[in-house]
Order: sequence, then structure tokens, then C-alpha cells
Amino acid sequence: MNLAREHELHQRRRGRNAGVGILLVLLICIVMGLTVVKVTSGGFEAVVTGEGS
Amino acid sequence: MSDTSLNAQSLPGDAELKDYFALLKPRVMSLVVFTAFVGLLAAPVSVHPFVGFCAILFIAIGGGASGALNMWWDADIDAIMRRTVNRPIPAGKVSEGEALALGIGLSGLSVMMLGLATNWLAGAMLAFTIFFYVVIYTMWLKRWTPQNIVIGGAAGAFPPVIGWVAATGTFSVEPILMFMIIFMWTPPHFWALALFMRSDYDDAGVPMLTVTHGRKFTRLNILVYTVLLAALAIGVSFTTAGGPVYIVVAVVLNALFLKGAFDIWRRDEDMSEADDFAVEKRFFKLSLLYLFAHFGAILADAVLLRTGVIG
Repeated sequence: MNLAREHELHQRRRGRNAGVGILLVLLICIVMGLTVVKVTSGGFEAVVTGEGS
Repeated sequence: MSDTSLNAQSLPGDAELKDYFALLKPRVMSLVVFTAFVGLLAAPVSVHPFVGFCAILFIAIGGGASGALNMWWDADIDAIMRRTVNRPIPAGKVSEGEALALGIGLSGLSVMMLGLATNWLAGAMLAFTIFFYVVIYTMWLKRWTPQNIVIGGAAGAFPPVIGWVAATGTFSVEPILMFMIIFMWTPPHFWALALFMRSDYDDAGVPMLTVTHGRKFTRLNILVYTVLLAALAIGVSFTTAGGPVYIVVAVVLNALFLKGAFDIWRRDEDMSEADDFAVEKRFFKLSLLYLFAHFGAILADAVLLRTGVIG
């Protein structure tokens, strides 16, 4: 008995899940990109403390 | 006992990605994207290209979220109207619960990300826009008053303001003028649609002006609003939002739009039925060009100003 036999439903769901995965990866890239832009644009100032500096 | 029946037809929960994307009303999103883009670029503050891209993306996603929530609430009337019967929920591809979850999830994501990417005033404006469209227009006005499209049209007018605020962090007269153009454009645009969609809104019980006050009164209102719109749009030429490209576009397109509205007013239902509402359909198509051209002209003038071609 072939337990791994695929149905059209599995293909449809695989496509949908792959699409969601790609969107999540894109969201992560966007957040990383925004972080890089914000940090390198000089909007954040380093706080220099008296300890260990 | 085992269940070996596997229904090969799609069930709610087995929709494809394109069905969820259709929930977001992509054609409306394109208008949101373009007008927000113009608002962002017309602002006198430069924005990092990646931040600008993210701002437009999240404004578009917020617009899409509004669309999904609208489809969730209006699933009952969408199933009745010919224009909307093939939408994902009435077509049985997506369940109402899924649409609600997607709308709420994307609303939260878009507002938070816009606020983080640009500023919290822009995020707050996007949140208010989503609230206005979903609660004020969709849940309240649409089924209650024939002025639904007049007041509810404000939701579609916010994107250029959000784009401007995303860049500058403040309001100004220019984005308010852009808001007013879309606000005054919305009624004639949708009433022309209602004229040639005939009984669609009537069958669904939506109190469009054609249903509550009759089609002749609707034709008169299209003309009145178009006259007011033309006065406003041409008047913008003489403000800081206008420029040489805008003046030419505004004069030409408003003349055409006024002619179209006048032709609609002069016709009666027999004349319209005879040519299958050709004039009304032409006016509707012109209304799409009208808005894109006006905002394209605002963008062109902003670019000319930034590059020093005009002073």
C-alpha cells in the first residue's frame, strides 16, 4: 500500500504553503533592510557610558 | 471505520494563494499605491528609497486589508450582485472566517510596519483609514444612506495624505488638496457605475442614489458633482500643488469630464438602454484616466521642481 500517494489537494496546499513561506522570508528581509537603513542613516546615537569605555 | 472519501472540489481552507490575493481587491490597491506614491514623492522631503518602498508597500497592504474586511462583511450582498458574485467568498473558495483573520492580521501588520518604517502619525492615519473604510463606510453607511459613496469616498482619498505624512511627518495644504480631488471625484465615478450596473445594487438592497432617488436625479447629481470637481481641480492649478503640467492636464481632462457629465444628464433611460449605456460606460472609463492623469501630472511637476527644471 502506497501511503505517500499524492492527491491534487496536496499539490494545491503545497503551492499555497510555499507561497506563504516566500512571503514570510520577504517580510524578514524587509525588516532586516529597514533596520540596516535606520541604523546607518545616523538616526541612532551611540550612548557612551563612563564604564568600560 | 475509516473515511476514504476525499472530496476533490476545493473547500474553504483549501484556497490557493491567488484566492487570498483576490480578497485584497488588487485593482483598488493599484489606485492606493499610485496615489500614495504621488503623495510621498510630491512631498518636499527626500526619503531613503528603501524606506519609501516600504511605506508604499505597507500602505498598499493596509488598503488590501480593508478590502478583505469589506469582502468579509459584504459576503451576503456580494453573492447577489453580478459584479461581485465571483469574489472568493461567494465563490466558495475562501471562508468568511479566513477573510476576517486575514483582514485583521494584515491591518495590524501594515499599521505597525508603516509606523516603524516612517513615523507614527502615518501609521495612525493608515489605522484611521482602515477603520473609516471598514466600520464607517462598509458596516454603517453603505447599507443605510444614499450618501454612502459621498462620505465613504473619503477612505479612498486618504492614501496620498498618508504618503505625504510618511515623508514629512506633518500635514500641509498640498495633501489636503489631493484628498479633496479624490473625495469629489468618487461620487460621479461610482454613480456612473451604478447607472449601467442597473438593478445590481437594487437586488442587493444597497441604497445607492439610483435606487433611493431615481436615475434621473442621479444623472443630475453626477453633473453637479462634476462641476464642483472641475472647479476644485482647476483651482488646484493656482496653488503650490499645481504646476505647468498639471494646468494643461486639468484643463483638458476637466473639459472632457464636464462634457461627459453633461451628456449623461441630457440622456434618459430609453436613450441609454438603446446603446447599452455607452455614454455612461465611456464616462466611467474616462473617470479612471482622469484620476491617474491628475496625479501623474502632480508627480511630473514635483519631479520637474526637484530637478530644477521649473522654479
